[in-house]
Amino acid sequence: GDGGPSTLTSWSSIPEPNYDDDYKNKTKMNLFTAINSAMQTALETDPSTIVFGEDVGFGGVFRCSTGLRDQFGQDRVFNTPLSETGIAGFAIGYAAQGGTAVAEIQFADYIFPALDQIMNEMAKFRYRSGNQWHCGGVTVRTPCGAVGHGGHYHSQSPEAYLAHTPGLVVVIPRGPRTAKGLLLSSIRSKDPVIFMEPKALYRAAVEDVPDDDYMIPLGKAEIMCSGTDCTVVGWGGQLRVLEKACDMALAEHGISCELIDLRTILPWDVDCVLGSVAKTGKLVVSHEAPITCGFGAEVVATVQEHSFLSLEAPIQRVCGYDTPFPLVFEKYYIPDELKNLDAIKRIVDYAK
Amino acid sequence: QPSSREPTIRAHNSTKQAEMFAATALARTAARRAATATPARLGALRAMSSETATFDLTGSFEMYKLDTAPENSIEMSKEELMQHFEMMYTMRRMEITCDNEYKAKNIRGFCHLYDGQEAVATGINAAFDPADDWITSYRCHCIALLRGGTVKEIVGELFGLTCGMSQAKGGSMHFYNKAGHFWGGAGIVGAQVPLGTGLAFANKYNAKPGEPMNVAIACYGDGAANQGQIWESANMASLWKLPMIFCIENNQYGMGTSIDRHSSHSDYYKMGNHIPGIRIDGMNVLAVKKGMEFVREFTSTGNGPMYVEMMTYRYHGHSMSDPGTTYRNREEIAFTRSTRDPLEFVKKTMIDAGFSTAEELKDIEKRIRKEVQKEVMAAKEFPKPSLDSLFTHVYAADVETKGNQEYPDHIRMPDFSKSFWKSA
Repeated sequence: GDGGPSTLTSWSSIPEPNYDDDYKNKTKMNLFTAINSAMQTALETDPSTIVFGEDVGFGGVFRCSTGLRDQFGQDRVFNTPLSETGIAGFAIGYAAQGGTAVAEIQFADYIFPALDQIMNEMAKFRYRSGNQWHCGGVTVRTPCGAVGHGGHYHSQSPEAYLAHTPGLVVVIPRGPRTAKGLLLSSIRSKDPVIFMEPKALYRAAVEDVPDDDYMIPLGKAEIMCSGTDCTVVGWGGQLRVLEKACDMALAEHGISCELIDLRTILPWDVDCVLGSVAKTGKLVVSHEAPITCGFGAEVVATVQEHSFLSLEAPIQRVCGYDTPFPLVFEKYYIPDELKNLDAIKRIVDYAK
Repeated sequence: QPSSREPTIRAHNSTKQAEMFAATALARTAARRAATATPARLGALRAMSSETATFDLTGSFEMYKLDTAPENSIEMSKEELMQHFEMMYTMRRMEITCDNEYKAKNIRGFCHLYDGQEAVATGINAAFDPADDWITSYRCHCIALLRGGTVKEIVGELFGLTCGMSQAKGGSMHFYNKAGHFWGGAGIVGAQVPLGTGLAFANKYNAKPGEPMNVAIACYGDGAANQGQIWESANMASLWKLPMIFCIENNQYGMGTSIDRHSSHSDYYKMGNHIPGIRIDGMNVLAVKKGMEFVREFTSTGNGPMYVEMMTYRYHGHSMSDPGTTYRNREEIAFTRSTRDPLEFVKKTMIDAGFSTAEELKDIEKRIRKEVQKEVMAAKEFPKPSLDSLFTHVYAADVETKGNQEYPDHIRMPDFSKSFWKSA
């Protein structure tokens, strides 16, 4: 690009793990097991780490914290009452004193009472004190996204609200292997991180995950598969859908797509996406959250700003509709692989 | 140790503790009362529906920061008591039906059942004016029924069919009934309380000077009681002397965490600090009615808000995904069912007062069972809602356009004319 925005943190300099050569011992894990493994490693390696939230003691409603209380004790793994604002503020205070706080907000839909603490306190802590203090030790983990029957208040993806807050880091894994590495980077990051876990994948996604301690760089996207005809960008659970769409595009229409997982939403890897668009000239961005002011809008705006002349077709956003997340019509609402395939085909044809 | 002046109804995970449960004054009183309920007047003409009796309510109430208290007895007619019984039994059958339908996968998503707590809702409604405003949590099926709902509408909503009370847009946690002054049905814990305080404010604002105001009640659980927004609302209600009732339905558990493990202070009726409070035996519909009449009188006449704690219990788990036995043992549930069940209490009260016989009540139960089944079958006849209802009622403008599918520009519709999936 033309000296475009450089918003990457030092955690971006962590090397990408070489899963085949460096991590020979792997176990098949699903998402909640991988997250459990990351928290266990964090608790083992950093004695100031504490894990807390509603119902985490017995293992959590999604079983992410199973066994941690037995292993590390009630002082370090404990339940909080039903008080999201309290949970967030409490985490900031503990981290400000140098500790590592892994707080859980039981569903991302419940994060809204905590947003004042997150946006006004957590995000501005270092900035407002002139770097005297920081609360980098905070990691807020929260399950997000559609799950099939969640309805209005158990399906939301609030990454757009959080990404609008400088000072925060927003991370979202696409599966068990990325989850463990990203969560360890997030916990150890010197900036406060909101770690969003696609709840539909807790049991459904199973991958070979290294048993060892490993980290994935923050602020860096991953090109899942290379392609020449069209760039497709997504994050979190949506990548499963996008993989299907890309496969269908190749098999049925011979379209070679380059699929990018942003992994970190804030700060996002602008250079990676720009580099890909320079190659393909076409872009589709897809997310479950409603289209207006979703994070896709930010990606599109930045790409057109820096890569206007590389673009061969208008950028497509395939997203949820501008309604509250529905109950009965979820299948119709979500941006599925057919809608994405449609968008890919449309712009490839446009560019011909 | 619980003192005799301040019985603490606690339920713990052991049979021994469950026995202590019964040893508290309120439970003892309930049992004694059920055993000795004698009518003050027992006419020879038992069949007449206008007969009434007086029932002892000693021990049902505990007061906080109040010099007055509800009377220790209530007079009720056979007709009214029978009405309450039928309503409570309908609620019980409806909730059990929801359980079965959920397991049959006809109901999906979230489902929070109210069985065990029927007396609370029924008693509150009995004391209330139809124009009083009621807002509650996600455990709202039975209150929806009381406030103008029918079993068909409720079960239909759960099935996701057009006969549903919210046209299938809300589901289990989102029942609303404007005519019934029923404001739902809330998914976010505690969010109903500031809303309820606003309803109370509107009632005060709209009331004619000197006349009693309609009250607003927000029901929430022991788990919600420590939400910050509730303390904020209490301050506003007290400052402006709103006709507001903060009603904690204390069923001993916030999802899977017992009250002593999630609350540093579990005398919920005292949580208003300087706001007066009352604790009521929530398993006794007569006590609930009497207590709520007292509360309503207080709050609707400009004395400001009141905290009400209903001591109650839920038989099911938090929701249908919770078996309800990992954090409490089956003995506790069975024990509560056998000693404090609100339905059994009402039946025994009616039999002892000579209002009815066991056989008559059995027949009524049979009839209600059939009626509930009929409603469920009738609901199943309705279709699923059409796809356009996904986009309706986001904003006011689309309500006004009658079915011509004109949506505001910012609600993007899929434009199938540009799709490659249309057959050429």
